[in-house]
Amino acid sequence: MIKFRLNGSPVTSTSEAETPLLWVIRDELNLKGTKFGCGIAQCGACTVHVNGEAVRSCQLPLQLAADRDITTIEGLATDAGRALQKAWVDEQVPQCGYCQSGQIMQAASLLQGNPKPTDEEIVTAMNGNLCRCMSYTRIRKAIKVAASGGEA
Amino acid sequence: MASRDIMLQGGLTRRTFLASSAGAGLMLTLGSAIPGDSHAQGAAGKSFVPNMWIEVSDSGAIQVNIPRAEMGQHVGTALARILADELGANWDDISIHHADSDPKWGVVIPGKSLGSITGGSWSVFLSFALVSHAGAAGRVILRDAGAQLLSADPADCKVEASKVSANGASVSFADIVRRSDVSRTLSEEELAALPLKSPADRQFVGVDTKALDIPAKSTGEAVYGIDAELPGMVYAHPLIPPTRYGSTIQSIDDSAAKKIPGYQQTIRLSDPSNWIQGWAVVIADSFPAAMNAAAAVNVEWSPGPAAALSEADILAEGTKLAADKTHGTLFVDEGDVRAAQAAAASSIEATYTTSTALHFTLEPANALVEVVDGTYHIHSGNQWHSLIIPTLAQALAVDEAQIQIHQYYLGGGFGRRLVGDPMIPAALTAKALGKPVKLVFPRPEDSRFDCPRSPSVQQFDASFDEAGTLTGVEHAAAAGWPTAVMGPSFQGAGVDGKGKWDPFSISGADHWYTIPNNRVRACRNHVAEQAFLPGWLRAVGPGWIGWGVESFMDEIAHQLGQDPIDFRLGLLDGQGKNAGDKHGAVGGASRLKAVLEDVRNRSGWGRELPKGEGLGVAVCHGQERGMATWIACVAHVAVDTEAKSTKVKKIWQSIDCGTVVHPDGALAQAESAVLWGVSLALHEGTRFDHGHVADTNLDSYTPLRMADVPDLDLKLMDSPHFPTGMGEPPLIPVAPAIANAVYTASGIRARDLPIKL
Repeated sequence: MIKFRLNGSPVTSTSEAETPLLWVIRDELNLKGTKFGCGIAQCGACTVHVNGEAVRSCQLPLQLAADRDITTIEGLATDAGRALQKAWVDEQVPQCGYCQSGQIMQAASLLQGNPKPTDEEIVTAMNGNLCRCMSYTRIRKAIKVAASGGEA
Repeated sequence: MASRDIMLQGGLTRRTFLASSAGAGLMLTLGSAIPGDSHAQGAAGKSFVPNMWIEVSDSGAIQVNIPRAEMGQHVGTALARILADELGANWDDISIHHADSDPKWGVVIPGKSLGSITGGSWSVFLSFALVSHAGAAGRVILRDAGAQLLSADPADCKVEASKVSANGASVSFADIVRRSDVSRTLSEEELAALPLKSPADRQFVGVDTKALDIPAKSTGEAVYGIDAELPGMVYAHPLIPPTRYGSTIQSIDDSAAKKIPGYQQTIRLSDPSNWIQGWAVVIADSFPAAMNAAAAVNVEWSPGPAAALSEADILAEGTKLAADKTHGTLFVDEGDVRAAQAAAASSIEATYTTSTALHFTLEPANALVEVVDGTYHIHSGNQWHSLIIPTLAQALAVDEAQIQIHQYYLGGGFGRRLVGDPMIPAALTAKALGKPVKLVFPRPEDSRFDCPRSPSVQQFDASFDEAGTLTGVEHAAAAGWPTAVMGPSFQGAGVDGKGKWDPFSISGADHWYTIPNNRVRACRNHVAEQAFLPGWLRAVGPGWIGWGVESFMDEIAHQLGQDPIDFRLGLLDGQGKNAGDKHGAVGGASRLKAVLEDVRNRSGWGRELPKGEGLGVAVCHGQERGMATWIACVAHVAVDTEAKSTKVKKIWQSIDCGTVVHPDGALAQAESAVLWGVSLALHEGTRFDHGHVADTNLDSYTPLRMADVPDLDLKLMDSPHFPTGMGEPPLIPVAPAIANAVYTASGIRARDLPIKL
């Protein structure tokens, strides 16, 4: 039994301690917004926040989530997170959409620590998140829009 | 039937609309009695269902049924815009619903059903006229019913914003549905006279909007196939044999797996359709348990004969076929290329290759299957239900009617989900276990079970006379043919009546340049097909044919000492067959010339650039001559010959796809396809190594990332012509434009994709 906080609420998992957090979130706690892509922490579709930091949940054993705050796309409630989700719609970012939960979580973590990132800082922060539809120019634009309170 | 013929059938082919009272609701069907797909059927309240595309409820909500898969192209929004425009709807009343696998949604062409396919960049092209007519038919019936309620002459009525108005009074669609009882058949004459709106009267087509699928994709709420669950389901993990074909299981040892909590069993699959051969699946209580157990199960296979095959064998076979001038199906044979070759004062030859490329949809292959009262309910995002259903029926030994595929958002399609074969092992497992099964392919298994883009070889031979004029070109293209394997009836016949060609492995070789003696041979590489199932990858044939055609045009221009754009413009004379005729290619080469001139101006072609930098050009006509999307592309690259690196700084494209339905959506597709082109040109590719792709995950298969995205300047031309396709075409000219720019920048001619200096 491992306890942690998920999107602000206490939860308990009965999964094995080594189980990747991704599957606990998706299949045990039934939040499907976090996605499985590569399984080796190289695509970023599974990105969640652990105590506010972007982490690849497909490679994070459940035991390392114990007693921590886990935030998924469903619980993203920071000002930066909301601004990003609005910018994602305003800039019409998603195509297939499968990677976008992870993209938004990664971007929210970036803006949390760096509210006005440069283009280079955005690329550095986001380069680990694959978008197979290649919506990269719109992701970059939407992050800038969100960071500037609505205008790029 | 040849794809070029399919392309010409994009109009309305069914001839009757029928309006009738049906139960509590109102129904108007298209063709025969075809019900809608309403969630509200059987619920309280009335609805107006003028045809299978539209359902208007008595609250005024309008559901548009979309028999196309949503995989990022915002297809539902585009089709709904077309329909809402003709219906006279208020856009805010519109919602969309993605249809299931009922055969009624199929695209029917004379003598053949394409089924409910989402591919080929066909969705708008094949649906525009049909959906326009469906909307207009709905408008006429609502108008006439509204006129009666208003005691007005229908001719005096206006239909807009979901209201019928006349003489200062109006009645809403909701009121009409509540108060009227329409039963009506539109006659042939009425259908022929359906008042379609002129472009100037359109409110939605060509006007930007927000795509209807995007909000849910920004909150994590969008539901993909992999998210589907059923009570009592078990998880399954595939154990994939060492070769695609001919492997047999010798033994399975799961003693180590039995120690893993949640492991249930490993079962062998027997597939009467023979699609999967030598498979087993690991069953567990959870997916992580299935993955752990799969790693612990030891399967010994006897591999099939392709265990000896590698990429070099496939390319060697392609090279041999292409070099044999007696081999292949004649796809183009203009003039007398042999006479031109015999009379040539000089000639050049070149060979171009592409290596195996993966779809790598970010959502891995998956399917959830439940058997209810003998019917297989399959939950899986898919692009072409009717392609896989006959195979599923054979695999499961049931009637096709006992298979129902439920649609979801697709976490990427790119042609992978045209082939619904991940459903086969899932359904066989559900049949064996008698309970719902969720099969998920972890990434390496997804890659190994991919139907990749075949490695290809193209050879070209150009002849010149004494004056240096181009007199003839011979072109041979060799690859594994997806359509020959999976849809042989869609192949075309050789121009001499001999043999077949796969349209998706040769289209693009029928370019719009006027060359007096021009022969194209399509060669099927059976060695490739022994190793793997060739698939349709985004931009299909033109995606690699264009690599050869446009690289070689550049080599000819340089051979002649001509500017590559001037040279191309000179061949785009629009004469004879290149004048263009049918609605998907009206204007012919003159439109290609126009985009080429446009991109020349916008890219600053001919300007001085720093040493090591260069511009390159390429053009294409999209997926099919009969559905031309005219594109000219210029790439700006910087080449570091010491580091052997190529950086793409900027891509310009001028794109004429006719009428643009959803401008921002079309631009998004262009951005996506162009960057796919960059990715396939420089970043991704794999090879077969003893019967399997060598690169199965992102540690070595490396699609484009944000850091390598060039500046994009993509322009959609203002065009009044019939809409064609946008999902794939912008990919086509990117790789040759980059290679041609590399040549300008460095003098290095790249002839193999991905480009390595």
